[in-house]
Amino acid sequence: MSPPTAPASKSPAIYLLAAHPHWRDSRVNRLLVRAARGIEGVELNDLYDTYPDFAIDVEAEQVKLARADLVVLMHPIHWYSMPPLQKLWLDEVLTYGWAYGTGGTALGGKDLWLVATTGGPEESYHPQSYNRYFFDAFLPPYEQTGVLCGMRFLPPLILHGARSATDAEVHTHVQTFAERLRSFPNWPEIDELGACPACVVPATDRPREDDDASAASRAFGKLLRSGAASLSSKAESA
Amino acid sequence: MEHAPVWLTNSLIYLGAAVLVVPLSKALGLGSIIGYLVAGIAIGPWGLGLVSSVEDVLHFAEFGVVLMLFLVGLELEPKRLWNLRGPIFGWGLAQVASCAVVLFGIGWLAGAEWRVALVAALGLALSSTAIALQVLGERNLLKTSSGQAGFSILLFQDVAAIPILALLPLLAGAAAGAHAVTGLDRLFEGLKIVGVIAGIVLGGRLVLRPLLRWIARSNTPEIFTATALLLVVAIAALMQFVHLSMALGAFLAGVLLAESEYRRELETDIEPFKGLLLGLFFIAVGMSINFGVLIAQPLMMALLVVGFMVVKLVVIYALAKAMGIPYQQRPVFTLLLAQGGEFAFVVFQAAGPNVLPPEVTSLLIGAVALSMLLSPLLLVAIDKWVLPRYTADAKNAGPKIDEISEQQEPKVLILGFGRYGQIVGRLLWSQGLPLTVLDHDSDTVEGLREFGFRVFYGDATRLDLLRTAGAATARVVVVAVDDIEQSLTIVDLLRDNFPQARVVARARNVSHFYQLRDRGVEHIEREVFESSLRSARATLEGLGWPAYEARETAMRFRDRNIRLMDATYPHYKDRAKVIAVAKEGRQQFEEQMTKEREDRQKRSGTDWGKLEAQQERSLP
Repeated sequence: MSPPTAPASKSPAIYLLAAHPHWRDSRVNRLLVRAARGIEGVELNDLYDTYPDFAIDVEAEQVKLARADLVVLMHPIHWYSMPPLQKLWLDEVLTYGWAYGTGGTALGGKDLWLVATTGGPEESYHPQSYNRYFFDAFLPPYEQTGVLCGMRFLPPLILHGARSATDAEVHTHVQTFAERLRSFPNWPEIDELGACPACVVPATDRPREDDDASAASRAFGKLLRSGAASLSSKAESA
Repeated sequence: MEHAPVWLTNSLIYLGAAVLVVPLSKALGLGSIIGYLVAGIAIGPWGLGLVSSVEDVLHFAEFGVVLMLFLVGLELEPKRLWNLRGPIFGWGLAQVASCAVVLFGIGWLAGAEWRVALVAALGLALSSTAIALQVLGERNLLKTSSGQAGFSILLFQDVAAIPILALLPLLAGAAAGAHAVTGLDRLFEGLKIVGVIAGIVLGGRLVLRPLLRWIARSNTPEIFTATALLLVVAIAALMQFVHLSMALGAFLAGVLLAESEYRRELETDIEPFKGLLLGLFFIAVGMSINFGVLIAQPLMMALLVVGFMVVKLVVIYALAKAMGIPYQQRPVFTLLLAQGGEFAFVVFQAAGPNVLPPEVTSLLIGAVALSMLLSPLLLVAIDKWVLPRYTADAKNAGPKIDEISEQQEPKVLILGFGRYGQIVGRLLWSQGLPLTVLDHDSDTVEGLREFGFRVFYGDATRLDLLRTAGAATARVVVVAVDDIEQSLTIVDLLRDNFPQARVVARARNVSHFYQLRDRGVEHIEREVFESSLRSARATLEGLGWPAYEARETAMRFRDRNIRLMDATYPHYKDRAKVIAVAKEGRQQFEEQMTKEREDRQKRSGTDWGKLEAQQERSLP
């Protein structure tokens, strides 16, 4: 399948989500962010800077997502996954009926690209080493998150052993990253990717909204009643 | 038959006098009590002479005082009474003893016989429960600190009347040289007293409530009223039987029924009887003023009235100061306790001719009655000339809008709606939560109402207003008032009366914080602490720190600061120790932060240096 061809006059829109809790401890991600800054068409959101109190502006995020062709998740891998604010961002911004499920088509046809670093070297991601799995084993949650939203999951750009890599290796990595941003969507490997598989969530898998609310209110009411009963029985005995 | 016409004419006289004089007195701004007293004087033996059996009427009308104490008891749950035990026995004893000692000393030095001086001093030390409670109630002062103190003292006086009355036969015996009462008799008396009180307490708990329920089910309102009256009469009779104060017994019964579901009904049923009988009582007091003695010895009488009142005023004012009653409330408090009381009548009459010569008795009774006439007049004077100056002192010139009056039942009650309370309130409103807001600044209230906020005017240090605002049903009460003293007063009130409510308090400073903690408040926020941390974060960001790391640092500092404050709390009254703990804590914190900075340098410093040499020195 051929990539969606952007109008020649305008470069594609890229939304870069950079999540790093401690920029001052960062070696590679800092440089990646700096490299991305000058590139045309890239809208950068430094998540930990924008939402230091984890109070995400869902509407603003959805507006930015909606106008992007490529969404980049950039962060160090923490405990085989993303930093907590990035996960919270997914939880809150990718809402049912908007990003997925019935009527959730806002992200369909866009691309998702993971740019990550790991502390452990590549050799450690091996059945014989301490991380016990190839790194690919940790990627399905990322990939399926994109696919459920109708997004194509592009081959991730990973730098292993971010602390131990030589300066030259880091430099090369940063150059590759910048070059990819500039050339998107004309990447050689994109041509080899198949179409994004369609994932339809059947209505039966999803409790109706009002059911949700009424169940919650029933439970809460029960709680209140039992609390009130115990209060009044206390008052009686007092 | 002569009987019915006498009853009829008497009713005509009393009701007529009251209806004519009391509204007139109120219209003149003198209050109802003066009206009743004047009406009594007018129809009494020294006025028109329409009524002669003053004694009988006085005895009958004393029942008004009994009913009043029953009603007071109804307002006071046992738990609150128990909380008042300190004030009752501490301040009560202090007032009676100090007044009696000073009065006795003066009387004795003035050359009175010691027994006369003693009985006179004890009798004059007591105050009029009827007038004092009536005035406190009328002015809505019962729930203020002075009201509570006054009430405690009056209650103690009711208790104290028992040993005083018991003392009289001994004095008479000392005079006659014979002991009328043996030890066995007294033991028997004591047992009777214990038995009756235990009976009232147990009966009130076990029998009364089911009985009331059964009668209420019969759906005959007048029988319920009769039951209520019967209840008080029966208890009064029981107390009479063991020679205890009827009023005290009625009060006890009231307290026992304070928690019953029929409290409100009992109140509404008894209230009119109380009002009428109390009026009758004041009329009787007016009638009993012996103007004969006044005319015979005007100077002596004037000296006695002025003398004992001045002595009591001085002593009680000093006490009021020692109790920490706000200076605005002291004049009324002092005056109400300084006047003589109905118990004095009983004491002087019970003393008998062996202790008090008849002419002394009538002189003393006259003095007490005159003081009861004078004190409402003085009260008017205080209102006119003394209190306005205090209110002019105060920032607030008094309520311009009506204070809260309708019963509220919110989940959340916010007290104080300035900069602090408003944020809390608006957030809760945005969630559609029902809440009541009370503020004592009429401008604030009016302004907010214009914006459509449901805000009430009222002084949150008043228990009755807290109750009306719904403190008894609220899950959370936010104490957001500016004034530290007021905040602490409110927290005390809440803790004593509405323990079900979680208190969320605003602390002006650390010492206020500790004082709140002393009172067991768990949820306290120093008012500028969190916002100062925000500013510190903004400053760090201004220096180029990443926002999240500025936050982390601020949160660590916050945590540290709170822990240090907790560590200082046990010593907060010891300044030297506070400084030592603070210094040590700060040093530890600085050392820890330095170490963290060095660790960070070690972790990424070398790499940074090289990488940043190639590129400009700024974070992403």
